[in-house]
Amino acid sequence: MIPNLLETENLTVRFGGHVAVDAVSCAFRAGELTAIVGPNGAGKTTYFNLISGQIAASAGKVRLLGEDITNLSVAQRCRRGLGRAFQLTNLFPDLSVLENVRLVVQARRNTGFRLLSMADRRTDLYEAAMQVLTRVRLADLRAQKVSELSHGNQRKLEVAMLIALDPKVYMFDEPTAGMSVDEAPVVLDLIAQLKADTDRTILLVEHKLDVIRTLADRIIVLHNGALAADGDPATVMASDVVQEAYMGKELEDV
Amino acid sequence: MLNLLSGDRPRSIILTLILLAILIALALAPFLFPGVRSLETAARICIFIVLAASYDLLLGYTGIVSFAHTMFFGMGAYGVALASTHMGRGYDALIVGSLGGAVLAAILALGIGLFSLRVRAIFFAMITLAVASAVAVLVSQMSWLTGGEDGLNYLIPRELTPAFRFGEAFGVKLTGKLVNYYVIFGFSLVLFLLLLRIVNSPFGRVLQAIRENDFRAEAIGYRVVWYRTAATCLSAAIAALAGSLFAIWLRYVGPDTTLSFEIMLDILLMVVIGGMGTIYGAVLGATIFVLAQNYLQNLMGVASEATGSIPVLHELLSPDRWLLWLGVLFILSVYFFPSGIVGRLRAGR
Repeated sequence: MIPNLLETENLTVRFGGHVAVDAVSCAFRAGELTAIVGPNGAGKTTYFNLISGQIAASAGKVRLLGEDITNLSVAQRCRRGLGRAFQLTNLFPDLSVLENVRLVVQARRNTGFRLLSMADRRTDLYEAAMQVLTRVRLADLRAQKVSELSHGNQRKLEVAMLIALDPKVYMFDEPTAGMSVDEAPVVLDLIAQLKADTDRTILLVEHKLDVIRTLADRIIVLHNGALAADGDPATVMASDVVQEAYMGKELEDV
Repeated sequence: MLNLLSGDRPRSIILTLILLAILIALALAPFLFPGVRSLETAARICIFIVLAASYDLLLGYTGIVSFAHTMFFGMGAYGVALASTHMGRGYDALIVGSLGGAVLAAILALGIGLFSLRVRAIFFAMITLAVASAVAVLVSQMSWLTGGEDGLNYLIPRELTPAFRFGEAFGVKLTGKLVNYYVIFGFSLVLFLLLLRIVNSPFGRVLQAIRENDFRAEAIGYRVVWYRTAATCLSAAIAALAGSLFAIWLRYVGPDTTLSFEIMLDILLMVVIGGMGTIYGAVLGATIFVLAQNYLQNLMGVASEATGSIPVLHELLSPDRWLLWLGVLFILSVYFFPSGIVGRLRAGR
């Protein structure tokens, strides 16, 4: 049996009286790409925040490779193999493109506390960073300040940061949001390539149905914070729950 | 050469020339500008360059505002003073005092950092202000140990004092004061280059990342609290060493010269005027500021005399108003060069 890389068990968070994520139990296997869908406010990003640790859970557990990580900090979870790209671009704006990626490479290799070596002379860090930048086609822009990049390129860099982290669990939060029609395929191709790597798992929050249809092995539907449906794309999209709870009309048109 | 600068070039021709001029002027100060007063100014510039640069590591690179920097500076200075008082005159006292002050400063910084950096950066600023005020009060009250408001006078090895004479060169009498100056200059240069190396190391890059976006730094696996705390400790230790140099130079410590809040403001101004997050900015900021402190008043005195017949102008130019002009200078520089002199020079390339 393929092991579960990531599991959530009755994962819940309440903000005051409002239950934003309601007892979601779900396991994610290696080699699988799971799309998480649901209407706005369904709790998709909050669910992500609970898994990666930006928000503390009110109840329930998160397990990574069988280990309970519910009480670990964001950085500790990341170091154990949980990588996340953000919905709203979240980079180091005043640093160069190269520096952004190199910082990730550096974090993974634990060189952060080297005080007396010169960062620019570390060819190993440079090459690892450049390799990733080449994959997302940003190598030519390496010296640019991130704040001067176009929105699409910032989104690509966001993905590059995650690839450079080389995690066990990739979490993408609407990776193509706001990208132009020519730019989006680059990112989607990258995700498809990552999927080929079978000892990883990918979680993808996405609105675009065509993207989900081509990439997802499985879909889970969140509605009002609770798990409303879970299964292979064809079944879930056809299910009554989804039709009623969320996509209903939209799907009938397809 | 580039290795010494850790690959961090000034990246502006004018800046390079200014820095070289300052370096040469300081290296040859006893011969270029003979006289007690100018040597005093040169030594002060050396020490404040290190002090401001170590503050830039916090403010400019890590994005942390601390008001306890003079406290750490004072700890180094009092370390040397107390060691020299209790162990007797000697190099061992200087070494023990300097290292002891630096280690204690780092430990105290670790405590403050772990206690307050977990929360928000603004909380850290408030805590440092409180701790620094408390220490300043303690030092002035515990006069049996620290000499209170009067401070401490102590002896340092004879070879570092004016009483030690060993000839003449280029028309300048060679005394222990000169040796002392070169000790200060040498150590300041080493500490400055060390700071330059630190900010260009992988560690330095992480600090910049934390300044830019601590949320994301945490999300790519850096334990932000530890990095901020480490930066605070390093900065404190180097500030303490600068304090030790100051104590070795002055042969006197007192609350006003090492712990006062005025010095804290001076450091802040030096870093902001010079350019935050550049380290080189500290050189320019400290040089301009110390020169202004020492000579602006004279200059204003002359100007005030000359305009004696014009009522308002005469008043404005009185030497007592020098802080007012410094304030005006500060406002103008922040307004016109928000990224400091170094930032301005680099952008104008």
